[in-house]
Amino acid sequence: MSEAATPYTAGKSSGRESAEALRARIPGWGVDLDPADRPSFPREQPGIETGAHWDFPERQPESWPRERSIEHAMLPPVFGTSAPPKGASGAIRKYAYRKYSEGRAAHWLLLIAGDRVDAWEEHLKSLATPRPDNPVTETGVLSESSRHGFRSRMGRRRVDTKHSWLDPVVVGGPWVLAGLGALGAVRALVRRS
Amino acid sequence: MRAMVYRGPYKIRVEEKDIPKIEHPNDVIVRVTTGAICGSDLHLYHGMMPDTRVGMTFGHEFVGVVHEVGPSVQKLAAGDRVMVPFNVYCGSCWFCSRGLYSNCHNVNPNATAVGGIYGYSHTCGGYDGGQAEFVRVPFADVGPSKIPDWMDEEDAVLLTDALPTGYFGAQLGDIVEGDTVVVFGAGPVGLFAAKSAWLMGAGRVIVIDHLEYRLEKARSFAHAETYNFGEYDDIVVHLKKATDYLGADVVIDAVGAEADGNFLQHVTGTKLKLQGGSPVALNWAIDAVRKGGTVSVVGAYGPIFSAVKFGDAVNKGLTLRMNQCPVKRQWPRLFDHIRNGYLKPSDIVTHRIPLEHIAEGYHMFSAKLDDCIKPLIVAGAS
Repeated sequence: MSEAATPYTAGKSSGRESAEALRARIPGWGVDLDPADRPSFPREQPGIETGAHWDFPERQPESWPRERSIEHAMLPPVFGTSAPPKGASGAIRKYAYRKYSEGRAAHWLLLIAGDRVDAWEEHLKSLATPRPDNPVTETGVLSESSRHGFRSRMGRRRVDTKHSWLDPVVVGGPWVLAGLGALGAVRALVRRS
Repeated sequence: MRAMVYRGPYKIRVEEKDIPKIEHPNDVIVRVTTGAICGSDLHLYHGMMPDTRVGMTFGHEFVGVVHEVGPSVQKLAAGDRVMVPFNVYCGSCWFCSRGLYSNCHNVNPNATAVGGIYGYSHTCGGYDGGQAEFVRVPFADVGPSKIPDWMDEEDAVLLTDALPTGYFGAQLGDIVEGDTVVVFGAGPVGLFAAKSAWLMGAGRVIVIDHLEYRLEKARSFAHAETYNFGEYDDIVVHLKKATDYLGADVVIDAVGAEADGNFLQHVTGTKLKLQGGSPVALNWAIDAVRKGGTVSVVGAYGPIFSAVKFGDAVNKGLTLRMNQCPVKRQWPRLFDHIRNGYLKPSDIVTHRIPLEHIAEGYHMFSAKLDDCIKPLIVAGAS
């Protein structure tokens, strides 16, 4: 090497563009140069104007016993009301909230388990409706043809192509297994009758 | 109304749902005119985020028109065009009253470790989101703002999350004049973080990704030096060489919990869910920053543990700064920058998808098809 690399001496890296050159090249370079004059500085600003005209918000009605973290002292005054818990997944979720704090892995792993149960509960329920779940339309996989799936991946040195072959297995595999299971059950019933 | 609903990992569809109702005196109901799919939504879509329930409507980036107003709302009226920060927040709790809007304590029963976010699982409060014709917006006197007459609607929708988050990522880096800033991820947030780093006086901005079309955008839109990590055996060593073996002064993680770049991490985290994702970008950030430097994290991470090389961060004496962005604190400055021509957020929009075709939109964005950088969701059937 012709010159020492900088970490071994006190000097700063060489070859930096000057402020004038950067200002000429990049619109707005340095307009927020002063760290003390940036929007979220300082991070905490007691008394910041928010628009709230209440000390504590009015309470939103609780239309079902709202599951909540045991790290809350009370039910917060406002909350989302999407998708109330129901069925086996609801029981798993309510147990996770009731039993374990956010600091416990069991809390989150139970919630993930509840999510998987929820999906299959709803898939099975959908079979009894005029609009059963359709893994083809719902995965949006048809966009592979309309949005150039092959061209978007091939010859592009994309790293994700090393594992994207797993996606159909992960997403479609359970459906194939469920279908084969249903077929086997039907065959067994036919043989018995 | 028509609304996107989650049907399980990798599965969504558009359904008929009831128009949301006023549930609190300071609510408004907004008719959505433009929404977006965010890279963070992909974590939900992939089933990574605990307590993501079938039937929920996603979407935390949206603008629209006030349709109905709660009795205590003072600042908005029916017909107002509004932009809505992705944070649901009360404005009066211990955290909001100090400006930590994204850490509000009064809006999320499900977790104290995160505030409220529209359409982002029950872990973030269980609020339906804006990938629908209508959405409930709590605390209308605190969160939303009227869209200024001079502002383009597509710029406004990018101001609800992507641009402020990118700008905030640069701000968390505590950039000083001349700093070398590395940004991992050339998605919308990474592009905006790179662009913002220059505004804060960076001397050099380097963007890392493996998608060449996004790196091209980083060069043209954000004036950045770029490296495709797919071309290097070890991108960290390459970055060390490119920074005189010192490392970068600041590294911004604009990737989050489902990073590519390590097959084993991806399979154990993203596919098998044995950890809260694949924290490749965060580990690379810890490795690539110089000793005594700052790592800023604005990529989305969930509550489940991940295998992060924390010892290296300790031994290198790093400053780690991170948060969800308190959007409204960024707005006045970002409005100025847009008016002055320093930022044109809608330049990164590549696709405009009707709500009825949102399933294809999610797959396209998730699989990175058709050179997609930022897809917007537009009202209407086709």
